[in-house]
Amino acid sequence: MAKKELLKVENLQQYFPIKGGILGRTVNHVKAVDDISFEVFEGETVSIVGESGCGKSTTGRAILRLNEPTAGKVTYDGVDLASLSTKEMRKYRKDLQIIFQDPYASINPRQTVSEILIEAMEIQNVVPKKDRRARAIELMKTVGLNEHQADRYPHEFSGGQRQRVGIARALSVNPKLIIADEAVSALDVSIQAQVLNLLKKLQKDFKLTYLFISHDLGVVRHISDRVIVMYLGKIVEIGDRVSIFDNPKHPYTKALLSAIPVPDPTAEKHHVPLQGDVPSPINPPTGCRFHTRCPFAQERCRQEEPVLTQHDGMTEGHTAACHFVNDLQPKSI
Amino acid sequence: MTKYIVRRLLQMIPVLIGVSILVFSLMHLIPGNAAQIMAGEGASPETIKQLEEKLGLNDPLVVQYGKYMSRVVQGDLGDSIRNGRPVIEEIKTRFWVTAELAIYSTILAVFIGLIAGIVSAVRHYTWADVSIMIVALFGLSMPNFWLGLVLIQWFAVGGDWLPEILKMRPSGWGESWRQVVLPVIALGTGGAAIIARMTRSSMLEVIGQDYIRTARAKGVSERVVIYRHALKNALIPVITVVGLEFGAFLGGAVITETIFAINGMGRLTIQAIQQRDFPVVQGTVLVLSMLFVFVNLIVDVSYRFLNKRIDLN
Amino acid sequence: MSEPILRVNNLRTSFFTDDGEVKAVDGVTFDVPKGETIGIVGESGSGKSITSLSILRLLASNGKIMGGEILFKGEDLVKKSEKEMRNVRGNAISMIFQEPMTSLNPVFTVGYQISEALIKHKKMSKKQAHARSIELLELVGIPSPETRVDNYPHELSGGMRQRVMIAMALACDPEVLIADEPTTALDVTIQAQILTLMKQLQERIGMSIIFITHDLGVVAETCDYVAVMYAGQIVEYSDVVSLFKKPSHPYTIGLLNSLPRHDIDQDELEPILGNVPSVHDMPTGCRFAPRCPAASDICRAKMPELVKRENGNDIRCWLYTDEWDGEKEVDLYGQKRIAQS
Repeated sequence: MAKKELLKVENLQQYFPIKGGILGRTVNHVKAVDDISFEVFEGETVSIVGESGCGKSTTGRAILRLNEPTAGKVTYDGVDLASLSTKEMRKYRKDLQIIFQDPYASINPRQTVSEILIEAMEIQNVVPKKDRRARAIELMKTVGLNEHQADRYPHEFSGGQRQRVGIARALSVNPKLIIADEAVSALDVSIQAQVLNLLKKLQKDFKLTYLFISHDLGVVRHISDRVIVMYLGKIVEIGDRVSIFDNPKHPYTKALLSAIPVPDPTAEKHHVPLQGDVPSPINPPTGCRFHTRCPFAQERCRQEEPVLTQHDGMTEGHTAACHFVNDLQPKSI
Repeated sequence: MTKYIVRRLLQMIPVLIGVSILVFSLMHLIPGNAAQIMAGEGASPETIKQLEEKLGLNDPLVVQYGKYMSRVVQGDLGDSIRNGRPVIEEIKTRFWVTAELAIYSTILAVFIGLIAGIVSAVRHYTWADVSIMIVALFGLSMPNFWLGLVLIQWFAVGGDWLPEILKMRPSGWGESWRQVVLPVIALGTGGAAIIARMTRSSMLEVIGQDYIRTARAKGVSERVVIYRHALKNALIPVITVVGLEFGAFLGGAVITETIFAINGMGRLTIQAIQQRDFPVVQGTVLVLSMLFVFVNLIVDVSYRFLNKRIDLN
Repeated sequence: MSEPILRVNNLRTSFFTDDGEVKAVDGVTFDVPKGETIGIVGESGSGKSITSLSILRLLASNGKIMGGEILFKGEDLVKKSEKEMRNVRGNAISMIFQEPMTSLNPVFTVGYQISEALIKHKKMSKKQAHARSIELLELVGIPSPETRVDNYPHELSGGMRQRVMIAMALACDPEVLIADEPTTALDVTIQAQILTLMKQLQERIGMSIIFITHDLGVVAETCDYVAVMYAGQIVEYSDVVSLFKKPSHPYTIGLLNSLPRHDIDQDELEPILGNVPSVHDMPTGCRFAPRCPAASDICRAKMPELVKRENGNDIRCWLYTDEWDGEKEVDLYGQKRIAQS
């Protein structure tokens, strides 16, 4: 059975203008996301990973048109989202939900949990009015909250419980795709594990598709089917979980994986130290954007921008944007 | 830095043009015929006609404004209708009186306000903090004219300062410190209260910052932590308030000068309004506005010295 | 274990809020061996940061050390006057913090901020201190230190600022460096740079490090000894290898089990259930009992002590004592543990 393409992102670009001068003209742009393409199939979990400033969160927001993309096309279930009017877009917002890192910031603190959930149902008008309260309580149970907490306010909950409220709200409109933007990043490990398990269970029960945005590669390995690695507004590598974690090809992916401390004091370490900081997205480096920090950079990398390519020794669907993938020995890095 | 100041000076031009338009419109916002009003109830039609000629009220508005502005840039603010003297001369003799009053009041307000605010913040929730804030609340609630009258009652009428204070000199100012002290207190107290409250809240916020903990972790003395690390950061919002207070003092000078019979620009303005001497009103308002705009430039520039994060260019 | 340079003995720190006393640190005891790194690991609210702030007595104004000793080279820091403490801070014991973005004063140059400690503790002139600041910036790997020394914090990246913080902390050759989540706010590639730097500097200068973190990976990579804190108490203290290879306390086991790993494939995570107890409503018995899969009657009734076992590890759990009244063999997050005395 062919997998159904639920979301398709083509040449997405998101530039933020920088105003300056006496008249406040646009003097430059922050090139937050610069020409990226990928697709998400129904029922899978695709993760976008990268360090701060790589454009992973901007991508999520651009897909939902929380910021209007500068260029590119986002197709959801065959419909070009950018072509929709604001009113038509509202219909699709029901299918596409987002969960944020800090649920508290996106919840009205003066509403009780049941009010929050009922309001979400009201906006999309998905449940008959008389059933809404019952549905809210059912949702609370689904995400592991207690019925007696229905009339409590967000501040009475702990961080993990609030994230559960955020998840319940997203679920209240029966979405198909959930974008989780650093949804478990602020939580303590023991709570994080609870929420991750919940997300996995919900995916199975409600046939959800996740676009999971995170900087935590441990979490990503645990939850993803496929992984997109971003660096400075570009996708540098994309592939299924096993390929990315056990057979990474791009020097940045390798460096990123090797930089994460392993919770095993006896583990052998292959650190690939990266020098310096991420360059500014206002004036990104020419050629390969990673060349300023790459230990293998050649003249060609400074001149010519590499494209995502499936090189020898890479499985179907695993691509990396590097000129010298096959010249790098697997363990040399 | 020089570039920034030049740019700010250039940016003042549109502001001043705006002010000049407002000031100019004064003459035309008066309901009815301005010349008629200025000339008074019993004036003859000839007098009114003459006055209209003199003021150029028969020209189209744009022409009138053009003429007015071309005179203004040459330093000619017109002549007083009451005594025929050039307005610029009338202002010249009084400008420094008002400027000094406002400057001294600012100094007083900043001095008292800062000390009170810092003490309050450092000892917050102690009796010192509570009493300073109660006094500040009083200072804030007292209108300056009322405070002025109370001060005259206590010191001048009750004491023996009265003759000196109410003795009208050509300038009526600056010949004795006693003439200066009471009006400055009357004018500066409200500002001191505002600055004290602002300093307190700003200091309290800064003291809770991570970098204050870093400073303490270095082992430097508490005095250095408060007066160097905290105060320099806390002053940034306070400076804005000081600039605004200076403007308020210029406005407050109108009343204070009247109460203390000081022959400054404020009093000149009041008299001119009472006598419907519009060229003088226009002149004083224009000069006071320029002064205010200039002081705010100084405020913005001093930001640069305090906060390196503000990139002025 | 080498001779301890710092001993924290039964430390108790409380905060006084509108809701009453909060016992943030409740009877914490550990040694800091000379020249080595001890990690204090725990989740939010475990009291790990408060422990570190208590050592330098940098608590917020509503916090107070209620009891215990902090012996630094035999002298009790708790008994020192504020003035004496100022001679310790930034000198023999220094500290770096979590947020490099907000931990530097925005209105002073980094050179000035480094110089301050040198002028205060080493009695240097301004000029000497400035020159030494440049050396320190070079030591922590900041390129072109001669120009960077006159930069303001906002002109530096997060990683660079944390390097400046380290330079500042090392200015007076401290014997103990307290690092409170020094890399939590940084990206992993920058974190790796900073961790490497700290290790190199430790080898060079020979200071002891108290490393406060919630990240078990960071602990495994940087620490020699580890204290695991839960709800204001240490529940397990051991060398780093035994802690990760054979954790004993149910909380430690659960914590390690909750951690999604990037280096190996795992089955379902088996997380610790429930939430950390509220500070206003601490369990009477073991503080972990309400969440512990093996808790028995004694756990709920009586608080266990932190007891040293034969293998040298300290554990706060009834399971490993004579008084254990539950099953002989318990299942803790998929791992078997035998009760023993």
